[in-house]
Amino acid sequence: MTFGTATAIGTRRTTYRGAIREALREALARDDRVFLMGEDVGRYGGCFAVSQGLLEEFGPERVRDTPLSESAFVGAGIGAALGGMRPIVEIMTVNFSLLALDQIVNNAATLCHMSGGQFPVPLVIRMTTGAGRQLAAQHSHSLEGWYAHVPGLKILTPGTLEDARGMLWPALEDPDPVLIFEHGGLYGMEGELALDTGAVSIDRAAIRRPGEDVTLIAFGGMLGPALTAAERLESDGIGAEVVDLRRLRPLDETTILDSVQRTRRAVVIDEGWRSGGISAEILSRIVEGAFYDLDAPPRRVCSAEVPMPYARHLEQAALPQVEGIVSATRDLMARHG
Amino acid sequence: MTNTSIDRKSPARSEGIILLEEMIRIRSFEEKCAELYTREKIRGFLHLSVGQEAVAAGVTPTLDARDAIVATYREHGHALARGISPRAIMAEMFGKREGCSRGRGGSMHLFDAATRFYGGNAIVGGGLPIAVGLALADRMLHRPQVTACFFGEGAIAEGVFHESLNLAALWRLPVLFCCENNLYAMGTALDRSQSEIDLCRKAASFKVPTRSVDGMDVEAVAEAARETVALVREGGGPHFLECRTYRFRAHSMFDPELYRTKTEVETWKRRDPIALQSARLRDRGEIDDALVGELGREIAAEIEDAVAFAEAGSWEPVEELTRFVYAEGS
Repeated sequence: MTFGTATAIGTRRTTYRGAIREALREALARDDRVFLMGEDVGRYGGCFAVSQGLLEEFGPERVRDTPLSESAFVGAGIGAALGGMRPIVEIMTVNFSLLALDQIVNNAATLCHMSGGQFPVPLVIRMTTGAGRQLAAQHSHSLEGWYAHVPGLKILTPGTLEDARGMLWPALEDPDPVLIFEHGGLYGMEGELALDTGAVSIDRAAIRRPGEDVTLIAFGGMLGPALTAAERLESDGIGAEVVDLRRLRPLDETTILDSVQRTRRAVVIDEGWRSGGISAEILSRIVEGAFYDLDAPPRRVCSAEVPMPYARHLEQAALPQVEGIVSATRDLMARHG
Repeated sequence: MTNTSIDRKSPARSEGIILLEEMIRIRSFEEKCAELYTREKIRGFLHLSVGQEAVAAGVTPTLDARDAIVATYREHGHALARGISPRAIMAEMFGKREGCSRGRGGSMHLFDAATRFYGGNAIVGGGLPIAVGLALADRMLHRPQVTACFFGEGAIAEGVFHESLNLAALWRLPVLFCCENNLYAMGTALDRSQSEIDLCRKAASFKVPTRSVDGMDVEAVAEAARETVALVREGGGPHFLECRTYRFRAHSMFDPELYRTKTEVETWKRRDPIALQSARLRDRGEIDDALVGELGREIAAEIEDAVAFAEAGSWEPVEELTRFVYAEGS
């Protein structure tokens, strides 16, 4: 297993989309039990062009277009996993995953436990999440935190090219259902990736930027804004550490608490809603595990509590922005415990 | 843990007798469960299939050991007919560690990997796409296996029924969709909930071949199932088998049965599948009082043994509460 860092071998330019496609191609080539199934994954090439070319390369048995039947094809993924295959089910977006919620929550998440360990479900479900593209309320949800509520599931949120490239294989090797949330705003993200980049470990959160004064905790589509905010804070003389959660369930509490215990301040950035969201969970863990280490009450920067509006200025006002992260952090730094 | 019992079917007995024996086993087992429920040995929801035994007893033996079964929350009969030991099933009812789901499933969630018994699903229609996926795996791995999926007519009102039949038909997957039409989705009569009550027409709209059979006649069910399973195994794609049956007892132990008349229930009881098969075998001279008595004693002993096993079983230590949320070793 190789881990995604630039090496002497050199790098190439790619995108988040291209990195995921490469991971899919590798998985299909490497294991005959792997197949990709979902709406428009084949002939159309994927709604977000992620699976373009895979039908031609691997054929219709292994790159399966499905009807618009989220419940049936997710359930079929569960059954195929139980039957010895390693399915990758693509749900076009998290919004449509609600049509398969029964299969995900009542079956995929429960079968192993309900059967006393006899029937683990080695299924991977990929879906696009997030807002920012003026797609309005029914195409802009960020519900990965919701799914992270459910024991039995594992939740991955790649926010970097390395993770887009490297999380799929360990997810396929995992004996349990793994949901991978790809942020729709990241597909076009370009960057350099080491030529030999492959699977990454999915066990731990990552410190994407070290800092001593405050910990910014983010994941997925909010990682970029958190890093930009950290740069701006640097010019104010504030050293912000950025923790990329990478996996929302199980949550890597150790990395979060280690960082917060060093910096003594925390800001959680989440594209989901504040009430009952994953940000609330992370804050609770910090308060439970590092209360006496804190110099100030931890803060959150989340989406406004509205169904996402269409108009650009309203959508941008609803979403967490770099300015909001910077000002929340500055405000936090001004307080003393 | 021994979930799978040895083949207990005596070779000396005819198929008709074996079918009768299985139905008596299921009924006796469930009557015992009802009694144990009132004694609070069994808790939670308990859905009995009394009256519907001919379906599980008739269809299940037409499957091979390599085939898979997906059932519903009214699945004691299917589990017994599949050959999961009555001990493991009863221990599960008691919530004991020796149960076929280690006490984590209960009556509605019987599982057994050894016999490819995939539950025990308590969401109406929830098992249908799982059956489609199991069949898809068989197809992709070139295994000549069949997946039998049992569900009630209530599931037909769920969108996932239509999605699943379409997908199975589109991909010509080896699934036997076996509909146990007992006319009531809990308390809602079929004709109060469906604009089209001919269920085969619904399945046929997906180009799935259909067959409807008297679900109170175990030999008719077995014959229809045998022929249908063969068609599925031969590559004929999914088939829909409707078994017209009736539930004699309440939906669950909490059901006051306000939605149907006593007369209706009594009328159906005159077509009791056990009584029908007994009369037929007597007419054919295959059974007599002595054999019926022998069957009853054997089964009673088997059930007493299962209850004793469950009573003697152990409780999973609370320290192991969170085991199996994820696969062991992951």
